[in-house]
Amino acid sequence: MERESVAFDVAIVGAGPAGLAAAIKIKQLAGERGLDVSVCVLEKGSEVGAHILSGALLEIKALEALFPAWRDLQAPVGVTVAEEELCYLAGSQHAVKFPDFAVPKPLRNHGHYVVSLANLCRWLGKQAEGLGVDIFAGFAADSLLYREDGGIAGVVTGDMGLDKQGRQKPGFQAGIEVRAKYTLFAEGCHGHLGKQLTERYCLREGADPQHYGIGIKEVWKIDAAKHRPGNVLHTFGWPLDGSSEGGGFLYHLDGQQVALGFIVGLNYANPHLNPYQEMQRWKLHAKIKPLLEGGTRLAYGARALNKGGWQSLPRMSFPGGLLLGCDAGLLNPAKLRGIHNALRSGMLAAETVLESFAAGDGAELDNFEQKFRASPIYSELYQARNVAPALSKWGPLLGGAFFWLDQNLLAGRLPFTLRKPRADHAVLKAAAACPPIDYPCPDGKISFDLMASVALSNTHHEADQPCHLQLRDADVPLAVNWPQYAEPAQRYCPAKVYEVVADANGNRGLVINAQNCVHCKTCDIKDPAQNIDWRPPEGGGGPNYTNM
Amino acid sequence: MNRILLIAEHNGQNLDPATAKSLTCALQIPHQTLDIAVFGSSRAPAESAAKLVGVNRVLFVELPENQAGLAVCLCPLVVELSADYTHVLVPATSFGRDLLPRVAAKLNAAQVSDIVAVDGDRCFKRYVYAGNALITVQAPAGTVVASVRANAFKPTSAGGQAVVETVDLNLELPRHTRLLGLNRSVSERPDLQSASRVLAGGRGVGGKSGFDDLYRLADKLGAAVGASRAAVDAGFVPNDLQIGQTSKIIAPDLYIAFGISGAFQHLAGIKDAGVIVAVNTDPNAPIFEVADIGLVADLFEVIPQLEQALANK
Amino acid sequence: MKILVAVKRVVDYNVQLHVKSDGSGVETDGVKMSINPFDEIAVEEAIRIKEAGHADEVLVVSIGSDACQEQLRAALAMGADRALLVKCDRDVQPLLAAKALQALVGQERPQLVLMGKQAIDDDACQTPQMLAGLLDWPQATFASRIVIAGAGKVEVTREVDAGLETLSLDLPTVISTDLRLNEPRYIKIPQIMKAKSKPLQMLDLADLPITETPLLNIVTTSAPEPRPAGVRVGSVAELVDALKEKGVL
Ligand SMILES: Cc1cc2nc3c(=O)[nH]c(=O)nc-3n(C[C@H](O)[C@H](O)[C@H](O)COP(=O)(O)OP(=O)(O)OC[C@H]3O[C@@H](n4cnc5c(N)ncnc54)[C@H](O)[C@@H]3O)c2cc1C
Ligand SMILES: Cc1cc2nc3c(=O)[nH]c(=O)nc-3n(C[C@H](O)[C@H](O)[C@H](O)COP(=O)(O)OP(=O)(O)OC[C@H]3O[C@@H](n4cnc5c(N)ncnc54)[C@H](O)[C@@H]3O)c2cc1C
Ligand code: SF4
Repeated sequence: MERESVAFDVAIVGAGPAGLAAAIKIKQLAGERGLDVSVCVLEKGSEVGAHILSGALLEIKALEALFPAWRDLQAPVGVTVAEEELCYLAGSQHAVKFPDFAVPKPLRNHGHYVVSLANLCRWLGKQAEGLGVDIFAGFAADSLLYREDGGIAGVVTGDMGLDKQGRQKPGFQAGIEVRAKYTLFAEGCHGHLGKQLTERYCLREGADPQHYGIGIKEVWKIDAAKHRPGNVLHTFGWPLDGSSEGGGFLYHLDGQQVALGFIVGLNYANPHLNPYQEMQRWKLHAKIKPLLEGGTRLAYGARALNKGGWQSLPRMSFPGGLLLGCDAGLLNPAKLRGIHNALRSGMLAAETVLESFAAGDGAELDNFEQKFRASPIYSELYQARNVAPALSKWGPLLGGAFFWLDQNLLAGRLPFTLRKPRADHAVLKAAAACPPIDYPCPDGKISFDLMASVALSNTHHEADQPCHLQLRDADVPLAVNWPQYAEPAQRYCPAKVYEVVADANGNRGLVINAQNCVHCKTCDIKDPAQNIDWRPPEGGGGPNYTNM
Repeated sequence: MNRILLIAEHNGQNLDPATAKSLTCALQIPHQTLDIAVFGSSRAPAESAAKLVGVNRVLFVELPENQAGLAVCLCPLVVELSADYTHVLVPATSFGRDLLPRVAAKLNAAQVSDIVAVDGDRCFKRYVYAGNALITVQAPAGTVVASVRANAFKPTSAGGQAVVETVDLNLELPRHTRLLGLNRSVSERPDLQSASRVLAGGRGVGGKSGFDDLYRLADKLGAAVGASRAAVDAGFVPNDLQIGQTSKIIAPDLYIAFGISGAFQHLAGIKDAGVIVAVNTDPNAPIFEVADIGLVADLFEVIPQLEQALANK
Repeated sequence: MKILVAVKRVVDYNVQLHVKSDGSGVETDGVKMSINPFDEIAVEEAIRIKEAGHADEVLVVSIGSDACQEQLRAALAMGADRALLVKCDRDVQPLLAAKALQALVGQERPQLVLMGKQAIDDDACQTPQMLAGLLDWPQATFASRIVIAGAGKVEVTREVDAGLETLSLDLPTVISTDLRLNEPRYIKIPQIMKAKSKPLQMLDLADLPITETPLLNIVTTSAPEPRPAGVRVGSVAELVDALKEKGVL
């Protein structure tokens, strides 16, 4: 197909902290050196921030490195962590608070800030535009564009105006080629182009498989009397049984709002597990429920996050481009924090890009690997490398004890590295061999029906377009996943996209409600048959998060 | 004391039901007089208006048929009449919505649109943001100009006996607008958007043949047929039948949901329905939370029984 | 012919709104904002009229805060030629908007004003009719088809409750657009880049010659009442009785 094309010096895919930090830093450095470097950022969300979902506690240093004057520039970073609690939930009533000395260092949050990452990204986007970056929101980078020598030449944006069968509707607009000397991929956790790049350039050679969690999050407005800005709570234990990893967080923001969420490791084995229901049940705990009572739920969403850490790090450079932030899995799994590393990786990329421009036409970005190994991102991930595998291996209590020892006394200097060689999709057990889980009915006050929740993600997709959740083999869900695992997609998807329904004659079929999708990427990760490919839907489709 | 003028809506012969409903709203405003203005070529609608309880006078302004529906022609007439009134009201139909703001601009009045409740002399309630918020607004000093969401009020009954006065205003009407034609939509079935009864089917209806049953019942009831998204997605019915947040928002007097679970997005399209009935086999289906009448039963048994019951009526 | 299109910045129609607990309005912090969908259709129609050779300039106008530049840029990227922002930091009610547009029409002398039939925030459905009234121009609301007929006339098909009504109007005129008029085009990246260099002029509302304008006072905003709980019936016979009792059968 003939496509229009536009050219930039640097094209960046994804307006998250990694992509925006790269764009900003490139402009800053180019400015210092009197160079004119054109930079564009493609963002699949309808606006910057629309698809951003995080906790979030922010380690401020990285932002400070980008904008030393962030305060004067009115960055939406106002609330510092004031009080913090780490609790083990023993059943639905009891919470055991860890005394401060017993809290592993990476889980201490003093000096950090409670932020809405979506709002922070909106602000970063404004700063970037102020520096001359072209941000195109509502445009997904759909596929890769190759140079003759096999390197990356840019990306192609998605076609607009195809119908369900893929035929052109009136008003059809072919996607365009965005060509660039360097293309930086910052799609966040499990980017769909990142997945293709990893395969094409064998970026994972020698690395463990990536591990993941799914985070389900809500924002509530609560009673002023119960609201304590800067208050931070982390929990582990209940409602998960000892065999599944995960825990909850609850952060008090400003404006009487709290952000709360529950993260479930996607290495769970019981196919009956339903992360959404775990989150709903977790809110009923005596430690959480009283806080929410009388409040209003404002927002809902979900997003996968990386947990592989150091052992799963891929090579991040390839001819013509780099993989940044969570697209490369830079989240620190011991802290479950990745924003600072996303920002740092963006800045490192910017330095590399400018050096390569200085080195002249055709210079590659290989230098990045070296810079990365010398960076605080690498040392931080290395130091934390044994925490997540230990928690997997030995469970929250014993593993937690190791966590404390390893991080508080030994600072990660143990002479060995624990590994988790099995990918998350490969660990599901047969449904028949696992106990079904009995989740309580939603009460409509604290816990809610799934579709009422999805409504609060403001997700929207044009109805008449090709399904963006593609099955490699259409028979797998019913022929394999159903008999073996009772099709777990029905439960792990936090937006009720997958439903197995029976018709009047009892014939089962899989229904894919693609319009509900909140772009969390869990299905692409957890499907036991690795049969689902998440593709970007028509530009602008997906959730419209406000302050997630 | 308030003097209210309500502009009637009619089709040339018959008064539109929206007029009697808007009258109910108007009557709730404390007043000294309440008059109805009828513009048209036939006195018949004016005569019917005069029978509505609570009306003091009916002002009949004769106009050729092809001008009687044109806002640009009616506007100067209404402005002229309004001099005697503190309040000018119309039903918020396509006719009223077209006309009234033009009048308001001429009177330098801030109009209140689509009122659903009266809260005093010049204070009203209305929905904003597609029904997601309800506001109480107060009209500023000067003539109160408001349109009424007719479906929010019950019709005033007949039984009154006001006089019909013919008023000759003798104004030069603009000639810049000509009516070329009105194509009344003719469909054997009532239009989903405006039908007073709607039967809706969801995924539980199971297929095209289930919808055939629903259509048969609908024809007996003079009802329109609608559907949930799942039913449309499954290809049971075309997409113009879809009801909900992202499709048609309806407010029939009677709405019966067959095999619809009652997802939030679907309910957003029916929240103003008069009576909501749900037929569903799942006693925990969320639809029962909003239904005025719920029946936990298999729709395939209910539909034929209902047909029978109606036949026996 | 010059076409003036008015666009309003509103909360995006996909956003689930929450009423503030103190009754002072709805939460709009960080909420996605867009061109009012009906206005987008008006912009599209204006561009199509120009593309068909019936107009030589499409001017888009918005009245509101600085942030409305975003929506004006989007209209420019669709294909409008020039934009004008009338700055005003308070709530722009329909009568005020109509008067501001009346003043602009005086300055710009368009032959055709296209506007969305209703803004999806206040759902008032007033401004186009008010503007037509103030200008003493013809009006055609809820348009689903617009044909520039030549000889200074335009034919408009309107979606009215009874069906479809067709009017012939003399130019200049005001037309308000309904959903089925057209489907707005997708914006393309090269056009967004081009739109950056199209003229966007700023004015202050206070600098326009506008007469004293009365405003509605919004006393409180509340969440709509949930429906009261209903009854369960045990059989079709009981259902029919219940329906009769409610007067709907
Ligand atoms: C529930 C949860 C809680 C968390 N809590 C914390 C915390 O407290 N502290 C912390 O530091 N970190 C936290 N994290 C992790 C943190 O959010 C991530 O590390 C961080 O967001 C990664 O930044 P990024 O720029 O790499 O990617 P993202 O923030 O994911 O941004 C990627 C952007 O790219 C866009 N995009 C993706 N693909 C395409 C495409 N093909 N074309 C165009 N655009 C595309 C996306 O729409 C998105 O806007 C949390 C994560 C989750 C899920
Ligand atoms: C952004 C977004 C927008 C949406 N917009 C809309 C919209 O505009 N309109 C809309 O409708 N939906 C919309 N949806 C989809 C909505 O969330 C639901 O998925 C959909 O309404 C479900 O349709 P249903 O009730 O027919 O199907 P289901 O939820 O599958 O319910 C079927 C019901 O039928 C019952 N049933 C089965 N057999 C029988 C029987 N024999 N007798 C009686 N009962 C039986 C079952 O108990 C069940 O309750 C939207 C979703 C999203 C995310
Ligand atoms: S379909 Fe996949 S990506 Fe979309 S919400 Fe469900 S699990 Fe997440």
